[in-house]
Amino acid sequence: MLYREAGDFKTTYGEDSQTFPIRFDRMGYYVTLLVAFGVVPLVINDYWASAVFLPFLIYAIAAIGLNILVGYAGQVSLGTGGFMAVGAYAVYKLMTSFPDVPILIHVLLAGFVTAAVGVLFGLPSLRIKGFYLAVATLAAQFFLVWLFNKAPWFYNYSASGQITVPQSKMLGFYITGPQTSATAKYLFCLIILVGVAVVARNLTRGTVGRKWMAIRDMDIAAEIIGVNPLNAKLTAFAVSSFFIGIAGALFFAVYLGAAEVTEAFNIQKSFLILFMVIIGGLGSIFGSFAGAAFLVLLPVFLKNVLVGQLGWPTDLAAHLELMIVGALIVAFLIAEPHGIAQLWRLAKEKLRLWPFPH
Amino acid sequence: MKTKFISLVVGGLCAAAPAMADLVIPNLSYRTGAYAPGGIPYADGFNDYFTLLNARDGGIGGEMVSVPECETAYNTEKGVECYEATKGLGALAYNPLSTGITYQLIPKVTVDHIPLYTPGYGRTSAANGKVFEWVFNYPANYWDGASVAIKYLLDQNGGDLAGKKIALVYHNSAYGKEPIRTLQDLAAKHGFTLTELPVDAPGQEQKSQWLQIRRDKPDYVLMWGWGVMNQVAVQEAANINYPMENFIGIWWSGSENDVIPAGEGANGYKSLAMHGTGMDYPLYADLKQYVYDAGKASGNGDQIGSVLYSRGVYAAMVIAEAARKAQELAGVSAINATQMREGFENLEITEARMAEIGLPNFGQPFAATCADHGGPGAAMLQQWDATSKKWTLITGFIAPDQDVLDPLVAADSEAFAAEAGITQRCN
Amino acid sequence: MPDQVLYAIEVTLNGLMTGVMYSLVALGFVLIFKASGVFNYAQGVLALFAALTLVGLQNGQVPFAHVINATFGTNLSTFGWHLPALLAILLTAGIMVILAIIIERLVLKHLVSQAPIILFMATIGLAYFLEGLGDVMWGADIKKLDVGLPQGISDTIERVTDGWFGYGFFIDNLDIVATVVAVLLVAALTIFSQYSKQGRALRAVADDHQAALSVGISLRFIWVLVWSIAGFVALVAGIMWGTKSGVQFSLSLIALKALPVLMLGGFTSIPGAIIGGLIIGVGEKLFEFIMSSPDLAGAWFGFTIGATENWFAYVLALLFLVFRPQGLFGEKIIERV
Repeated sequence: MLYREAGDFKTTYGEDSQTFPIRFDRMGYYVTLLVAFGVVPLVINDYWASAVFLPFLIYAIAAIGLNILVGYAGQVSLGTGGFMAVGAYAVYKLMTSFPDVPILIHVLLAGFVTAAVGVLFGLPSLRIKGFYLAVATLAAQFFLVWLFNKAPWFYNYSASGQITVPQSKMLGFYITGPQTSATAKYLFCLIILVGVAVVARNLTRGTVGRKWMAIRDMDIAAEIIGVNPLNAKLTAFAVSSFFIGIAGALFFAVYLGAAEVTEAFNIQKSFLILFMVIIGGLGSIFGSFAGAAFLVLLPVFLKNVLVGQLGWPTDLAAHLELMIVGALIVAFLIAEPHGIAQLWRLAKEKLRLWPFPH
Repeated sequence: MKTKFISLVVGGLCAAAPAMADLVIPNLSYRTGAYAPGGIPYADGFNDYFTLLNARDGGIGGEMVSVPECETAYNTEKGVECYEATKGLGALAYNPLSTGITYQLIPKVTVDHIPLYTPGYGRTSAANGKVFEWVFNYPANYWDGASVAIKYLLDQNGGDLAGKKIALVYHNSAYGKEPIRTLQDLAAKHGFTLTELPVDAPGQEQKSQWLQIRRDKPDYVLMWGWGVMNQVAVQEAANINYPMENFIGIWWSGSENDVIPAGEGANGYKSLAMHGTGMDYPLYADLKQYVYDAGKASGNGDQIGSVLYSRGVYAAMVIAEAARKAQELAGVSAINATQMREGFENLEITEARMAEIGLPNFGQPFAATCADHGGPGAAMLQQWDATSKKWTLITGFIAPDQDVLDPLVAADSEAFAAEAGITQRCN
Repeated sequence: MPDQVLYAIEVTLNGLMTGVMYSLVALGFVLIFKASGVFNYAQGVLALFAALTLVGLQNGQVPFAHVINATFGTNLSTFGWHLPALLAILLTAGIMVILAIIIERLVLKHLVSQAPIILFMATIGLAYFLEGLGDVMWGADIKKLDVGLPQGISDTIERVTDGWFGYGFFIDNLDIVATVVAVLLVAALTIFSQYSKQGRALRAVADDHQAALSVGISLRFIWVLVWSIAGFVALVAGIMWGTKSGVQFSLSLIALKALPVLMLGGFTSIPGAIIGGLIIGVGEKLFEFIMSSPDLAGAWFGFTIGATENWFAYVLALLFLVFRPQGLFGEKIIERV
């Protein structure tokens, strides 16, 4: 009844290859979109926006980006924080240089700048593999952060090296700056996220995505059957960095409003996003959402329970929070190394057969 | 069980319900992470002072003060989350003890109309009240600190620093970069050469910088450090036998934490101080009676009387006085944030008032005005005595060189005003 | 000799010493990676945890005092004893062994034959956990670590070099001690792995898990053993770094300094960790010296840059890897379809 393929007839190839082949899934998807666009903006306030929704939306974009690189193309990267910084500084320079251009265009341009930087740092991936590559991408992380901290041109020669976002409007609404309403911020990020997710989903099931997966599963074999590793790896780096750059631009311009590169885009950010990808599930767009939601909500939830409900001292709560997050991550990796996406897949399989599993 | 869990979940995701009647002054503290050793004593002092007011006087002007604490871990994202979580409680003032979080909050408080008080840190040009209506950073800021240090050195050298070499060892972040422009201007004015030595966070490894100091033999070393960087710098200075009396830290590099790990080697190290330290103030008798002995001390209670604890007390004292002033101006005791701002702007801390509070000669007297949110900016110097493990004040308050600072503050704040589209007030 | 050359020699010597400190951290990584294929990010936190425990034991701190006080309203802080350094070190080593057993029981056992990236992420989770645990147990404030190691400039070396060159070199006594300890440690590890039964088993496991299993070596025992050794190495690193900067959270960040060392030296080679550490130490110090000196970079390029040490090691290792993807001494990567 609930979750069935039966009766849902496909008569065209287009229908057959759609993202959500099961009607129930499709409806769930539309309902989620409806709630996200129609209900949440009406009830959202500043706290919910800055504590939950904006971080979730932005980290989801970054996680999709990283998932393309790690999950689909199999290239482990720890340079995410550095690439987000590129996006942030690119959008800052663009916004201060061309204040009249709509911010959406700046954000996309920042993505392209980051893609270029990503390709540059992706070049060594042709020679270096596995953990060596992971650690090598840390070179991008540290070098980029240092560069933005060092060269005054990037922060427009301000006294302290902080960058602060200028105000900007689109369609008559503030999108950046302190005047922005929670709804505007939320919707702006949501629209971009939906766009990113649709593009990513379709890229990964097309030729490009298949090439990435071939490289991931065995690069030599892929090469033999005619996949150009140079092409595949560099497009993976480019697309991934493009998304991560957008996430960085939004993170700075819409979410934080001001940033200090050594603090906002440090190596912890790289780890955090890699965690989202792994806990969510490698090679799954849904997993990127799930991982981002898990790691954004969990600390906020724990903090509010431990401090707000149980009334513990904040430091004790913060330490316990660290322990619980750490323990949960380990437990999760033990229980389901393929992430939340795998749990979801298993649940769906069970649902299809339910209530007659045999 | 299940309903209990669900209510926990729902409750967990909603911020704690506010108790609207109190004066709410959130404490955005950090007791975890790399900067916890600095954050803990400050937060303890801040909490204890308000606990004392509540226990002894029944709050401020008859209104109890509630100080919800929120952990930021010195992290800007968590800082923003804490701000949003607490501002709904009717917060009257914020004091995040982090330059990074301050930069985040300046645009937000300007729109939300909540005062931001950043004594001795934050954005220096916020001293210009014409531009920064909601931000206050009296009694002193980084640029004042830089100028006071140079002034002290001028005194030591009979008013002449020409040809001297001064090195600045700084935390390579927004905070550490703040004094550079001031020091460059001062170098031009007084004819000393300035060497800038950045140290990347966290600052565990500073051998290169100190080897360079050993080679160049600068006459004086100034330091803008925070966290582990301070301890390592003091240790390395002791290692290369740098004369410690020529090594001067900003007030954030002058706590017990920074010198104790270096042991004997730290003897003679100097730092700036914008308030007194130690337990020789009458206030501590009350604190002991109403707070410590009553078992209400914040944290472990092992930080009492330390430099950063005193700074927490100082910040709390100023905020409490501002609230008092605001109540007086508004004529009601249950003030709101806009009235609180009036209190900050018309605040006058006199010597007599500080003595009355039980903190005679603790800080400098100052009076804020519409245009002046920065105070006189004077600071003292203190020196570490490793045998008795105590900081001793070695000078009185030294006033900074306003001729150099005023144009810098004006230039930076006007740039901000132009960027953010602010029209100047107080005309 | 011209001054700049003398300075460069001094910087090189100090770089070598710093390199030894990096190697101490990197050693722990290599040991675990060789024996179990786990890239143990928690090594830095292990060092922090060991140092915290050592200081806590030495000063007779009550563990979990903060939690106990918060829950029961008591006011505990210390037991009031002060242990001698050696005893405290031995006790801490014991605790690290217990920790190794717990980690094996609760984590590693369940993660056998997972992908390396999963194991890596699990150790990051472990790092979070241990970091929180260390803070809850012993408090987040800074602590002074004193086990009687000398510190400060070595006057003898300064005097002697002053006599030779007219410029006294700066060498930190602590660095000299660290070098001696590192040499002893490596020697002990080598002897252990060459001549003891367990050591041979360890090498067998490192060579080939399956073959080792088939001749009756208990993998689980080897893992406990190797994590204990890594815990001990972490303790040594924690003592050295903790003496230098006091014991506090930032100590765990030394792991980041060890990663480029590993890349350069190869993840599987103990000599690689040592030599990689020395190259990185000298390289970053010399680069910083040249680039921040107005007489060198200033004269050559017209500008100087500072604070390069955080990224230089990584970029150096990256460039190196482009030419030799398995590191200096890493096992040659042979790929078959």
